[in-house]
Amino acid sequence: MSNPQEINGGSCVAMVGKDCVAIACDLRMGSQGLGVSNDFEKVFNYGDNVYLGLTGLATDVQTLHEVFREKTNLYKMAEERQIEPETFANLVSSTLYEKRFGPYFVGPIVAGINSKTEKPFICGFDLIGCIDFAKDFIVSGTASDMLYGMCESLWQPDLEPEDLFNTCSQALMCAMDRDPLGGWGAIVWIITKDKVVKKLLKTRQD
Amino acid sequence: MDIVLGLRIKGGVLVATSKAATRGISVIKVGDDKTRELNPNTLMAYTGEAGDTVQFAEYIMANTRLYGIRHDIELSPSAVASFTRNQLAKALRSRKPYQVNVLIAGFDPKTEKPTLNLIDYLASNVELPYAAHGYAAYYTMSLLDRHWKEGMTQEEGVVLMRMCIKELQTRLPVDFKGVYVKVVDKDGIRDVSALVYPDEYPEAEVTEELEVQQGEIAA
Repeated sequence: MSNPQEINGGSCVAMVGKDCVAIACDLRMGSQGLGVSNDFEKVFNYGDNVYLGLTGLATDVQTLHEVFREKTNLYKMAEERQIEPETFANLVSSTLYEKRFGPYFVGPIVAGINSKTEKPFICGFDLIGCIDFAKDFIVSGTASDMLYGMCESLWQPDLEPEDLFNTCSQALMCAMDRDPLGGWGAIVWIITKDKVVKKLLKTRQD
Repeated sequence: MDIVLGLRIKGGVLVATSKAATRGISVIKVGDDKTRELNPNTLMAYTGEAGDTVQFAEYIMANTRLYGIRHDIELSPSAVASFTRNQLAKALRSRKPYQVNVLIAGFDPKTEKPTLNLIDYLASNVELPYAAHGYAAYYTMSLLDRHWKEGMTQEEGVVLMRMCIKELQTRLPVDFKGVYVKVVDKDGIRDVSALVYPDEYPEAEVTEELEVQQGEIAA
């Protein structure tokens, strides 16, 4: 209860492949030990090619999702185009740092493909918006320690979309098995430059 | 130790709230209704800090009703839930947050779908088939996981509700003085406590029963 980031539970992971990225989250929303919902998605998309995973305090996940929906919609109207992942990452960073001394208790990760350069992009943040750029994978949430271990051993460079899906799913599912605050199903997004696939993993229900 | 419990049925939502109002170790009222009718098709049930609860519930009620009068159309239950969440989220980072947990049960006449939203004092809002706040959740969720089914009739829902209440009566250390049960469906909001307690309400009106109970405590 003392740590707001661990009240509701939940994890996210993003990975880079060959001309593709994957981002996945679990579906649990709990109140400490008690599971409340098994339908709580933590990955949101803003435009065609930008995805944001939000773990941490559920109320801040919902608040920030609403904030970013508003900001990206205003961006779209002002610029007459969709926001790019790199730009969105900076938007997330500055939005979080605005609340430097009363932060949102979240661990965001961004995944997407730049529509101009067609380069995959992933990055993570701490709760006050410090960006962590990565070439391989980014993890976040209550199973982040386990996810680091799984990703470190399963991930390899230049995976094709199908292989990336398997790698990402296995990493998340195995990490969730050791996390009492996560699990209860998972969602995996596979993003390539002209196709996005969303998959539901049933996973263990304990 | 207040009970707030809700479950979705076919074309409606059942909500049960305990009748005891407590301050510390004393029961100070046995006919306390912990619900407010936000608009003709949305009901809010609440628990939490004494004072905050009624204040907050009536603030939300006043604003949803005002919206109905101003725009000549009622807010949908999901819209009411979003509004409620927003108010709680704003309060959460204020000098004194509302310490109120609510269930919002509603029937949307436009989509003809019943919905049940659980919102805690942190302002996490989730739409669920069945939900409970506080200790009641620990005792009833397992029963609801086992017996709740999509598209249950009102009669089946009442039977399940009775099972939950019986479990709470046996396991909770204090007497919560029974519950009020209300249903929200296409015909609006009705008290169906008599269906859950058939022995205690032979043909009597709910209000008469209350007077008797309060009289007993006073005596």
